[in-house]
Amino acid sequence: MIRLEKRPEPSSLWTAVTPVLAVVLTMIAGGILFAALGNEPVIAIRTIFWDPIFGEFAFYYRGQLLVKAAPLILIAIGLSLGFRAGIWNIGAEGQYIIGAICGAAVGLAFYPANLWIVFPLMVIAGAIGGFLWAMIPAILKTRFNTNEILVSLLLVYVAEAILAWMALGPLRNPEGAGFPGSRNLRQYEAAANLELIEGTGIHWGVIAALIAVIFAYVLLKRHMMGFHIRLTGQSPRAARFAGVNPNMLVIFCLGLSGALAGLAGLFEVSGPAGQISIDFNVFYGFTAIIVAFLGRLHPIGILLAGLLMALTYIGGEAAQSTLGLPAAAIQAFQGMLLFFLLAVDLLTNYRVRLGREGVA
Amino acid sequence: MSVKSILGTAALAVGLASAATAQDDPLKVGFIYVGPIGDGGWTYEHNEGRLAVEEHFGDQVETVYQESVPEGADAERAITQMALQGADLIFTTSFGYMDPTINVAQKFPDVKFEHATGYKRADNVSTYSARFYEGRAVQGYIAGQMTETNKIGYIGSFPIPEVIRGINSAYLAAKEVNPDVEFNVVWAYTWFDPAKEADAAQALIEQGADVILQHTDSTAPQAAAEKAGDVYTFGQASDMAEYKPAPRISSIIDNWAPYYIDRVQAVMDGTWESTDTWGGIGTGMVGIGEITDAVPADVKEGALALKERIGSGEYHPFTGPINRQDGSQWLAEGETATDETLLGMDFYVEGLEGEIPN
Repeated sequence: MIRLEKRPEPSSLWTAVTPVLAVVLTMIAGGILFAALGNEPVIAIRTIFWDPIFGEFAFYYRGQLLVKAAPLILIAIGLSLGFRAGIWNIGAEGQYIIGAICGAAVGLAFYPANLWIVFPLMVIAGAIGGFLWAMIPAILKTRFNTNEILVSLLLVYVAEAILAWMALGPLRNPEGAGFPGSRNLRQYEAAANLELIEGTGIHWGVIAALIAVIFAYVLLKRHMMGFHIRLTGQSPRAARFAGVNPNMLVIFCLGLSGALAGLAGLFEVSGPAGQISIDFNVFYGFTAIIVAFLGRLHPIGILLAGLLMALTYIGGEAAQSTLGLPAAAIQAFQGMLLFFLLAVDLLTNYRVRLGREGVA
Repeated sequence: MSVKSILGTAALAVGLASAATAQDDPLKVGFIYVGPIGDGGWTYEHNEGRLAVEEHFGDQVETVYQESVPEGADAERAITQMALQGADLIFTTSFGYMDPTINVAQKFPDVKFEHATGYKRADNVSTYSARFYEGRAVQGYIAGQMTETNKIGYIGSFPIPEVIRGINSAYLAAKEVNPDVEFNVVWAYTWFDPAKEADAAQALIEQGADVILQHTDSTAPQAAAEKAGDVYTFGQASDMAEYKPAPRISSIIDNWAPYYIDRVQAVMDGTWESTDTWGGIGTGMVGIGEITDAVPADVKEGALALKERIGSGEYHPFTGPINRQDGSQWLAEGETATDETLLGMDFYVEGLEGEIPN
């Protein structure tokens, strides 16, 4: 007989161990999946987890890991603050898109002037764009008590429609022979977010992600706002007695996560992506939700989770082209990671007991 | 700066080395796909081309592919990855891979690249596409006679010249045989998204369309039409034969196999050069799938005759007089469209309603 017994306190040991356990379980289950598809499971797992970091072409992949992880971490850090306080911004994807559009629009407005001020202005515009887009669910929640989960999520689809409009209309490259998509910002020196050291993958977005991690860490540990966020998450009533203004907290958490998502979009559009195009967004905003939880809503955890998630993407792609694994198998593999994480999470709050329940 | 140049040289050296060692090995040919190989449409046909290459060359080639690669930053990595792993020839099979292909090609001068449907070339980058609009004319000819409500629905993917060309071509052919015909265009903003495509088809059917043309790659519109009943569709990019004899009454089939085999052969022979290929019905790159018995015999006969005339070059689907939507003259009597104007086509012809989104 297996019983679950609620722990009086969440176990701090299991809080740290469960993500690692989830990764190990994912590797085992993934190995079985790959074996069922006719691949050597060990080679497949090695291709995904080992080769990008230590393999023959690691000099290229390591940089790509940072490129892929940076937006995930930047967005997830912002989301984690709200999630801790029970404020659910599910629409980071939309804020990411709007940030990219605003930032790119500012850059394109200056084209072809090569002024140093262009890129800083784009960064500011990107952050403001994401902030304002997040203010829609924030203000609707504080004024009319609407559900921020629904509003922020549905605004993603609005943002996607605006993105298509921008790529086809106002921001379309006038020298692009009628094809959709803006000018390539990477080819416009003043607006380009290129690698700071060639071959390392480090661009401004990577730096910003690191700063965000440190900022969130300090905020949560040392700052009153961080205390309010944690308190509201644990006990909303107690928080109110402690003088927390719930509306201010909604504005702060949604606004900050929106601004960070907007920044991520700006760094992506001016760097790796290069241009506003109809399908510019590739679900970083949604994947970041997984990253936030995988990282236990803790800044350092998110940093590691972002890198791990990036690794499954990069390694997964490598496994596709070298081993011929179908893309769906890789997606299933990534899904397993979240599934196992949620499953073993149980161990944090519950203890597994064998044997019969004692007679009291 | 020194770190920069060392890393740059290292990357290049590996690129060169992998290309050099490839001499004795089988030729490695890579394919980057925008959808899953089981999409039953665009990517499916490119993958058929890959399989044809394997079959034709046997042990002389090794093919690799990556499916569902998003168009953007991820594409550049996927292509780089293939080049690093020693691919000698890489086909990037969607419009959105244009800039990534050019960027990667600069870093790997010894690898040959082939980009489908784009317009940017380099010494080691060719472009290729098919004159789908020729097939569209045949579809329009059939559709114009099959509709009873005189309303034809059209699921557009993105408002780019290739798609606009298809709409114009189908409309002109339909109008020719049925002056009362109206086109209703819905933009799905995707190449492959069964849910969105089904929604679009449903919306068109509810607005009275009884024939649906699609420029998206899934079979979802066929399924929606089957459910609605009395609605006809055409296979897109692939035959979509599972919906025969109705709702699917014919199809445009992209046949990339001969081109892929030619290009692989050229790399093997050392005769590969950067080229721009635009094949049509005549070269076999565009095929017309079986016209089913749901189509009256005389219509079928006429459609096949039209296909014949287009294939032989006797007839051009864009032959004047044709006006633009705003009424201004585009082609004078007897004049045919140049490839240049077709490649940049960003306007509807006269009679089409609605605006191209921009």
